[in-house]
Amino acid sequence: MHDIELRVNGHVERASVPAGMTLLEFLRDRLALTGTKEGCGIGECGACTVLLDGKPVTACLVLAVEADGLDVHTIEGEATDGELSALQRAFVDAGAVQCGFCTPGMIMSARGLLLRNPHPSDEEIVEAIAGNLCRCTGYEAILAAVRVASRPSAAMLTGEVAKDGGRLRPPGSARKGSGR
Amino acid sequence: MTRELRVVGTSVPRDDAIGKVTGAARYTHDLVLPGMLHAALVTSPHAAARIVRVDTTEATRLPGVRAILAGADLDVRLGLYMQDKRILARDVVRYQGEPVVAVAADTLDLARDACRRIHVEYESTPAVFDPRDAMKSGAPLVHPDLGSYAHLDGVFFPRSRTNIAHHQKIRKGDFEAALTSAEVTLEARFDNPPVQHVPLETHAAIAQALPGDRVEMWTSSQSPYTVRHLMSVAFGLPHGAIRVHVPYVGGGFGGKAGLNLEPLVYVLSKAAGGRPVRFIATREQEFNTLPSRQGLYSTIEIGATRAGKIAALRATYVWDAGAYADYGVNVGRAAAYSGGGPYAIPNCWIDSFVVYTNKVFGTAYRGFGHLEVLWGVERAMDQMARKLGLDPAEFRRRNLLKPGDATITGETFTPGHGKPAECLDAVAKAIDWGTPSQQPTAPTKRRGKGIAMLHKAPAMPTSTSCSAIIKLDEDGAADILVSGVDYGQGTYTVLRQIAAEELRLPIDAVHINSDCDTAFTPYDWQTVASRFSYMGGHAVIHAAADCLRQIRAVAAQVFGVAVDKIVCENASAYPAGEPERAIPYKNLALGYTYPNGNAIGGPVIGHGRFIAHDLTHLDPDTGQGRPAQFWTYGAHGVEIEVDTETGEIEILRIATAIDAGKVLNAGLARGQVIGGVVQGIGSALWEGYRFDKNGRLLNPSFVDYKIPTAKDLPREMLPILLENPQPDGPYGARGIAEHPMISVPSAIGNALYDALGIEFTSLPLSPEHVVARLAEKGSKP
Repeated sequence: MHDIELRVNGHVERASVPAGMTLLEFLRDRLALTGTKEGCGIGECGACTVLLDGKPVTACLVLAVEADGLDVHTIEGEATDGELSALQRAFVDAGAVQCGFCTPGMIMSARGLLLRNPHPSDEEIVEAIAGNLCRCTGYEAILAAVRVASRPSAAMLTGEVAKDGGRLRPPGSARKGSGR
Repeated sequence: MTRELRVVGTSVPRDDAIGKVTGAARYTHDLVLPGMLHAALVTSPHAAARIVRVDTTEATRLPGVRAILAGADLDVRLGLYMQDKRILARDVVRYQGEPVVAVAADTLDLARDACRRIHVEYESTPAVFDPRDAMKSGAPLVHPDLGSYAHLDGVFFPRSRTNIAHHQKIRKGDFEAALTSAEVTLEARFDNPPVQHVPLETHAAIAQALPGDRVEMWTSSQSPYTVRHLMSVAFGLPHGAIRVHVPYVGGGFGGKAGLNLEPLVYVLSKAAGGRPVRFIATREQEFNTLPSRQGLYSTIEIGATRAGKIAALRATYVWDAGAYADYGVNVGRAAAYSGGGPYAIPNCWIDSFVVYTNKVFGTAYRGFGHLEVLWGVERAMDQMARKLGLDPAEFRRRNLLKPGDATITGETFTPGHGKPAECLDAVAKAIDWGTPSQQPTAPTKRRGKGIAMLHKAPAMPTSTSCSAIIKLDEDGAADILVSGVDYGQGTYTVLRQIAAEELRLPIDAVHINSDCDTAFTPYDWQTVASRFSYMGGHAVIHAAADCLRQIRAVAAQVFGVAVDKIVCENASAYPAGEPERAIPYKNLALGYTYPNGNAIGGPVIGHGRFIAHDLTHLDPDTGQGRPAQFWTYGAHGVEIEVDTETGEIEILRIATAIDAGKVLNAGLARGQVIGGVVQGIGSALWEGYRFDKNGRLLNPSFVDYKIPTAKDLPREMLPILLENPQPDGPYGARGIAEHPMISVPSAIGNALYDALGIEFTSLPLSPEHVVARLAEKGSKP
């Protein structure tokens, strides 16, 4: 067993985990953060995408011990005080959700993109979610949602720009290092 | 009296999206029950073998292993249409990947560890992999006892001592005479491989066997009531002793219809002393243990007049059912009565054989056999048009069903069926059909255009029924209860719109159950076949009418006027012409209380139902009858660019026209079309099972089996929804969810011929396939 300490959606988590436990298992089974889904277990479908220090990773391929000391952002940390982020709102409004099983991972990949590139081109949006499989929507509405969320004018229409603007940094990154 | 629609037809966003974008929506994968055990499987490495011995000694000794079961422990046969399947292989295995032994243990790791310590001794037996071989006399029998299997009598006709699970015949007119005298004839062969549905949530189920022979289960299923019914049939339990919950479902596409893992987790729970047991399929098991779409071999003959009228069509469809054909028999049946395409065919002869082989078994997959048969039919129609020297669109136009024509099962086509020709014209216009493509982007590339028609009707029993309950809340809002499952299609939002429309409520004042529970949500057969908005829509309309009757009765008494003088509007009831006296629903929902305290009425709870009507079994010898509650017609037009060096096909634009009858929610309808088209592109360009010579599946993962990603989208997708009403549809609507996928491969195959002059007859049209055919063509003198 290994002792780890990490920040998940801004909360410090301390745990003792087996060496082979994946970050996905840790999030789902230990922290009951079941918003992060398992679709294949081998890093090919993107359903388990979370942000590790702001960068999208497939949590099924990361060991929990590898996340020791790092910041993890999951879908459960995306809304603030019960308010959807502009990105989440755009997914709802654009009809980017059908069965919803790929949605958390899709939003995390999009969030990762917007963190490093707040105003991506269409090609950059496609590139960012190309590793996330969706079998329902045909992707069109998902691409539209990310586009809307990345255009300040569009976000302003929904009154979300200030809120989301305040979130355009890796969640927890401002506190980086302070948790240890 | 027609009334302006307020809510139906608008693009109301789905309200379950909030739970899904926040991660709060709970799927079967996410559920944990107190004391829950985890299950794992030992699966067969052989495609065909006798099970000689199962040694569980070592696994049994592991602390934390709570139950181990093998087929010998379970003498149960399962099935909806054909009871040919065991929970775990018994005596023999019939495909590589078949479950042989199941373990329930305290943790998943432990269950898997136990599986590794179980030793199964097999003795290989002769196998058969090609259904055309399996039909020959002397072929190894996948099910030697087929003749004794229970099945839906009078509908399916398994042939004892053969591998033929079902033979569907369609006989209309005099095919032989018509073909002999036809001026132009054509014969062509086509094939489709098995493909995988790929729901992002793999199959999963949890069961808890309760004292007193009761069971409670949670399952990722399209079919809460069918699961309950088949559990009852399999285990002899009263229906009321079985409670099935269906939480959010992460995609189904037909693969989660009928019965799947539910019996397995139930018997494990029973063996583990009633502790709940959860099984979640791995992705590999999703490919190779759970069902796929069936493969198909088609032979199509067409005879036509020189004037371009189809005189005769014969088709032989040989379905690769795999090891079990429970659902496959119905795919073979439905695809037969649709198997000539949406054309007026005076003389038709179709044989559809559903044939057992030693491969992973098939089931329903979005479009239910239609993508497969229309791959052949719509390619053959193009070939025939060229033989006749006719434009393929014009040839189709001359033969599409028109009012007064008879379908191949003898149903009269009426204006209420919609307008297939309008669909064809719409897509032709959208892709500038008849105008040559622009220059390709490189000298090694070629462009081409193709069109294809599609049609489908729900494939369901003649007595399929469903129901809905609407309860009014204390605040006057409505709660809808149904047992159809919204696994992504958006039907729950459509049903909310319908209830809001009928009850004169704002959309936000209509709620719907987010999960199904057979203890509380009322009967629905299962959520398949694009019939939920149609049938559930009717049930909700009737339930709303029942609520309004109750509201009006109380309001009439309060106002002292006749019931028919009560108007319901704006979430309130009032006497006609006196809206200022309106009583809000919230003062009627639980009964009305007079100022002096007296009360009348009671909680308003409405009930609605719907049952398929006028359907008949098909005549066993001729296939004549009425199989379809409604038909939905459509067409695709596509323009592609193919790289002759790499074989890669890029879709420049694809237009899809569907005659929806009435679009109930434009945003959701568009989502179904785009999603369906992209799934169809997967079937067209990349997807297909590959087996080695021993029947082992070679590509059971996303590494080796590619589905479309965001990078693979056509440059332009143009959904076109026509509204020629279905007279008996809710607001004139037809089902449209499966249809956009059908005939996408056909249209692309036709465009590929246009680009390269090569007849492609097999799917997928993968780069290696295209390059190989180009090389073949190039090497010819």
